[in-house]
Amino acid sequence: MTNHTERPGMFGPYGGSYIPETLAPSVAHLIAAYAAVKDDKSFWDELAALQASFIGRPTALTHAKRLTAQCGGAQIYLKREDLAHTGAHKINNALGQGLLAKRMGKKRIIAETGAGQHGVATASVCALLGMECVVYMGVDDIERQKPNVFRMRLMGAEVRGVTSGSRTLKDAINEAMRDWVSNPDSYYLLGSALGPHPYPTMVRDFQSIIGCEAHYQIIAAAGRLPDLIIACVGGGSNSIGMFHSFLEYPGIKMRGVEAGGRSITLGNHAARFEGGSKGVLQGSYTYILQNSDGQISSTHSISAGLDYAAIGPEHAMLHDQGRVSYVSIDDEQALDGFQALSKLEGIIPALESAHAIADAMRVAPTMAPDQIILVNLSGRGDKDIFSVADVLGVSL
Amino acid sequence: MRTIQQTFARLKSEQRGALMPYLMVGYPELHSLEEYALALQDAGADLFEIGVPFSDPLADGATIQRASEVALQNGVNVGFAIASVATLRKQGVHVPLVMMGYYNPFLQYGLARFAQDAAAAGVSGVIVPDLPPEEAGPFQQVLKLQGIDFIMFLAPTTPDARIKQIVSVASGFVYCVSLTGVTGARSELWDGLAGFIQRARSFTDLPLVVGFGISTPNHVRTVAQCADGAIVASALINIIDKTPAGERTTKLVEYMQSLRPNI
Ligand SMILES: Cc1ncc(COP(=O)(O)O)c(C=O)c1O
Repeated sequence: MTNHTERPGMFGPYGGSYIPETLAPSVAHLIAAYAAVKDDKSFWDELAALQASFIGRPTALTHAKRLTAQCGGAQIYLKREDLAHTGAHKINNALGQGLLAKRMGKKRIIAETGAGQHGVATASVCALLGMECVVYMGVDDIERQKPNVFRMRLMGAEVRGVTSGSRTLKDAINEAMRDWVSNPDSYYLLGSALGPHPYPTMVRDFQSIIGCEAHYQIIAAAGRLPDLIIACVGGGSNSIGMFHSFLEYPGIKMRGVEAGGRSITLGNHAARFEGGSKGVLQGSYTYILQNSDGQISSTHSISAGLDYAAIGPEHAMLHDQGRVSYVSIDDEQALDGFQALSKLEGIIPALESAHAIADAMRVAPTMAPDQIILVNLSGRGDKDIFSVADVLGVSL
Repeated sequence: MRTIQQTFARLKSEQRGALMPYLMVGYPELHSLEEYALALQDAGADLFEIGVPFSDPLADGATIQRASEVALQNGVNVGFAIASVATLRKQGVHVPLVMMGYYNPFLQYGLARFAQDAAAAGVSGVIVPDLPPEEAGPFQQVLKLQGIDFIMFLAPTTPDARIKQIVSVASGFVYCVSLTGVTGARSELWDGLAGFIQRARSFTDLPLVVGFGISTPNHVRTVAQCADGAIVASALINIIDKTPAGERTTKLVEYMQSLRPNI
């Protein structure tokens, strides 16, 4: 127990399982169930069939030629998770865990959501598999992601508003955990690579389809591997899913983009590495945003999906190893990225993904035209049009 | 100052169960704890659970969540909680004081530093609801060096094999969660409680103390029949909330006196 690296669920010193005793047996059960399907070919065959017929995988890889030309530097390629069913990468994980829940005989699914994409993906999978679905969402997020709330309800999910704390993703996770503590027979379908073991590992595994596809697609399209990979980092699932199959190539640089919000002062951003420190939140030891008393600080980002005080523990390890650089993009830069991609490529990105686009626009000019940047376009921006219109002073 | 072990040994010889009220540091006012504790000790509190607020109390229901928010607004931190314990000791509170809080504030204070300062102030035990035995090693070790008990939880969902493992490393008493859920006053106790406590009892001689949802004299009587003590938390906060400021101590004392004969 003292040798951290020996324990499953640890990423260097990070990760672990900091949960109330009531949940310990449910978590142990989940660990065993996931271990059982890991080596069960029929599970992965079933998942692959639905990835094709339901999600629409593989998602495309697009050479963003006009954006590349405008930036004047490296070639920018987009991995099009915005084209996945329900509009974001979140469905990769929701479908994988949904199938696992079904195999475990679960009938009721609990989920939290920030931007609403994970909630929508979970609602969709629950409709597909015939399971009850309860989604917790902070009331501030309900306000800024209204279209997704309606989509969840259309697909039969019950959306419960969370009024505690900062009324965003962190508080929705607290409330989902409280539901799980009260209903340990329910399945908690956590939406990012965070929380207690086995979630960070399991969510990464289900999201690593992104990088696996991008790997062969970039070789087919460009004849070689990328020089740089960029993804936005909320809890860390789209980024770890993209990074994972490329980690073994030391020549490929990677950047995780956190939300710089209004400014890097506590309470105004969600840049856990730039503005945070090590601690325990919601099940794992990782980098978190906190005050000197160890109280979790409030966060801000224009994008609900990045507006979270902790980062998945595997990112904490990759950060300390120096394998991935973590940078931030502020609200304004993200809005620029949002508009640039819309106008130049005819693709409206999610505000979360717009952070990755903005970072690509920042670094592409510093690279040569024969170099390649692979950006994970984690989701589409349909959910964001109302809040962006608001910021731009347009009434819809 | 009596240790947890001595307290339960004495209660056993008197054939009584332990009554353990929960008070949150800094709730509703910064120095409220110092107003209530001595009076409640005189009214029959055998131990106290001293709550340290956290911004994200994920094992707690609405009552303690709200109290935590108020206490944090009042400026409570771990250092202040330790100082409050020292004040209670000076006032003459001699029963065991068990600090209850989530892990991160203790971690940021520094585990070894906490253990030293807490021991010096007169803390007898520590309860951390998000620190299961798998993760508790580092904290438990430094507390043990200072003679502070690390209190372990058992839940109705805990299987036998795990109970065995948990009680083998537990000390002081074992906190038995009375229901499958979060904290908060309930009108009824779970009807499987006696069976659960019996199951736990078959694996350990440590005192078994029941908490979560206990709010009436009847509840306390039921708990006393199967366990060694009862923790009352949200019910006390509810009394504080519905009583005007000047009368709170009196009302809390009356409530404690209504529970006391039942255990
Ligand atoms: C489109 C999109 N991208 C990114 C994220 C951030 O999450 P993660 O870091 O887990 O990919 C979200 C979260 O809601 C999202 O909806």
